[in-house]
Amino acid sequence: MATASLTSRPASRTAADPGEHVLRRRRKVWSYVAMSALAVVFLFPLVFMFVSSLKPDAQILGDVGSPRAFLPVGDISLDNYFGVFDRVPVGQFLVNSVLVTVLTVGLGLVVNSMAGFALSRMRWKGRSVVLAIVIATLIVPFETIAVPMVYWVSKLPTLVMEGGILKYDFGWLNSYHVQIVPFIANAFSIFLFTQYFSTIPKSLDEAARIDGAGWFTIYRRIIVPLAGPAFATVAILTFLPAWNQYLWPLMVVQQEELRPVMVGMQYFFQLNTAWGEVMAYTSLITLPVLIVFLSFQRAFVSSVAASGVKG
Amino acid sequence: MNRGSLAKILSVSAVGALVLTGCGQAGQGGGSASGEGPVELTMWTHSAGNPAELEVYEQIIDDFNASQDEYEVVEESFPQGAYNDAIVAAAAADDLPCLLDMDGPIVPNWAWAGYIQPLGLPQEITDSLLPTAVGTYQDEIYSAGYWDAALAIFARESVLKANDIRIPTTDEPWTLEEFDATLATLKAAGYDTPLDLGAEDAGEWWPYAYSPMLQSAGGDLIDRDTMLSADGTLNGPEAVEYFTWFQEAFEQGYTSNAGTVGNEEFNADEVALSYTGVWNALDSLDTVGDDLLILPPPDFGTGPRIGGGSWQWGISSSCDSPEGARAYLEFSFQDKYITAFSDKQVVIPATEGAVEASQHFGPEGDLRPFVELSQEFALLRPQTPAYPVISSTFAKAGQDIMNGADVQSTLDGAVAEIDANIQSNDGYGF
Repeated sequence: MATASLTSRPASRTAADPGEHVLRRRRKVWSYVAMSALAVVFLFPLVFMFVSSLKPDAQILGDVGSPRAFLPVGDISLDNYFGVFDRVPVGQFLVNSVLVTVLTVGLGLVVNSMAGFALSRMRWKGRSVVLAIVIATLIVPFETIAVPMVYWVSKLPTLVMEGGILKYDFGWLNSYHVQIVPFIANAFSIFLFTQYFSTIPKSLDEAARIDGAGWFTIYRRIIVPLAGPAFATVAILTFLPAWNQYLWPLMVVQQEELRPVMVGMQYFFQLNTAWGEVMAYTSLITLPVLIVFLSFQRAFVSSVAASGVKG
Repeated sequence: MNRGSLAKILSVSAVGALVLTGCGQAGQGGGSASGEGPVELTMWTHSAGNPAELEVYEQIIDDFNASQDEYEVVEESFPQGAYNDAIVAAAAADDLPCLLDMDGPIVPNWAWAGYIQPLGLPQEITDSLLPTAVGTYQDEIYSAGYWDAALAIFARESVLKANDIRIPTTDEPWTLEEFDATLATLKAAGYDTPLDLGAEDAGEWWPYAYSPMLQSAGGDLIDRDTMLSADGTLNGPEAVEYFTWFQEAFEQGYTSNAGTVGNEEFNADEVALSYTGVWNALDSLDTVGDDLLILPPPDFGTGPRIGGGSWQWGISSSCDSPEGARAYLEFSFQDKYITAFSDKQVVIPATEGAVEASQHFGPEGDLRPFVELSQEFALLRPQTPAYPVISSTFAKAGQDIMNGADVQSTLDGAVAEIDANIQSNDGYGF
């Protein structure tokens, strides 16, 4: 029997090879066709945006509904980009957004991972209640608390420079930190860190404690190095909302020089919308996000896959 | 993540946080004096992204600041689409500026909410303005503006003549029957949708554009005598008749909501008539030239009507220096500034002197018909704090009717919503 199966297997494999090979090839072709179709669906809005940014308004509207909408044909120029720079301080807005986003994400990684560490590794009374409260805050839409938050931040103490002297004042409005601080602590990030840290064996903590390590050392030297995918996931998931902030800066920032890019979008919606300039502006503010994504594409995909979270 | 990375994140974030904490600013203060020097008057406009408008404001501010040393106006501009939200948030934080501009119909609501105070400008200034450029609540003036806008029907003279259609005038506008016949003739002449009503637009356009037609038909947004109910005005027989016409205009293909916001279809001769605003007139003049006709809207029964009331200036209740704010506003209502503003923005000047001096709206100006339309037919939207609710409810009802909803029950629902809101706010002071 053994001999028969050993001899028959290669024979049958040899016989099935050409058919299976063709079948596998067909499957591969179809999967590529399906993936290409999906890629086209996702790419077309971007292509439309970039191509339209080069066309005058009348042509953009005229081309809609035909394949010309996706082709750089007709009256192509960079006029819309010049128009954007005339209408909006786009460079300043980009700098503001980068600053706010980097600090929100960076400080968020530190604060939320520490909170996650405390909730998953340390034993203290009321831990599960605190975690439940943190998770419960996820169901509160930001829009419902925005106005009370504006009131509160307008009463918070702050440091101001007056005549070269650092003084206390009240009110966080019109500042960078009012765009950053309220978004550092993030319930979803804390939950993710808590979940991820819970999967790391507790025996590592115990061993470290025997060696004399304190909680911060355990966090810094054991947990953080083992939690790369969780950090990457949280960074990705907090980057986009921070970059896309619109309602909050609109409410708390009145000075133009402190506004982020998304508020700048509204500059183009006058009595008649300048669609070409809208497309040019969206192209300009999408570019940094695209560059970040394409540069870290592999890390993003692997971290999302590892944590089982979809953005 | 290694130790080095964590240390970098920590240090960059901490340094950044410290630096940014130092960037904190004091509140608006609504006009404040910081030690020596002039009193600072903060001023907010909705003009971000509109360089022509900002240019005039900057000129007025520079001239005012140079003309005296007691006050200094500091301007901050916001994009129009986000402006009202910014005002409401600033009011919640008690951080309103001293001077602020606002769309005319919102003035009673902001006065009722306590955001703004009575304007207190000399009567000779407010009397010299177009009535639609002054915002009042409970018979008190709260705002005044440099200009007003107006709507008209754009047409090509050659097209009307070729189809034997009478050219209407302000004295003899189209009757509804004539207007219907005109639309039928133009459709038969080959225009797929002869009329662009701008129905693809949203928001305030709906009450601004279509409530004057309702008023022309004998209905209204609310009973203006009491300001307490829309019953009988927004859902009475005249309103039902008007909205039935409105619905049928879409069903019969005389108009559509498939176009683009603006006046592109008319300029491209895809529609024969366009119900649009003064702000689109120069583009159409460039495209159509002398063939362009600026016509009054049709008479739906009680005479033509167009919407009135645009952006105006007010002083916040929290302004620490209202006398400074008034000094600035008095200074700004000079004909030369109003003329500059209207010619750059292509809007109707609010004073007779500025109209006479205007390049576009003067006696020989190419956009003179808009002045006549504004003087003859403009009607303010109801000056009640309930207006924001009336506006959004009217727009939703109109869109539902356009899409085929039953006219009477839709209007009854709108009335119930408006009346409930007024009752829950104790009549808004009426």
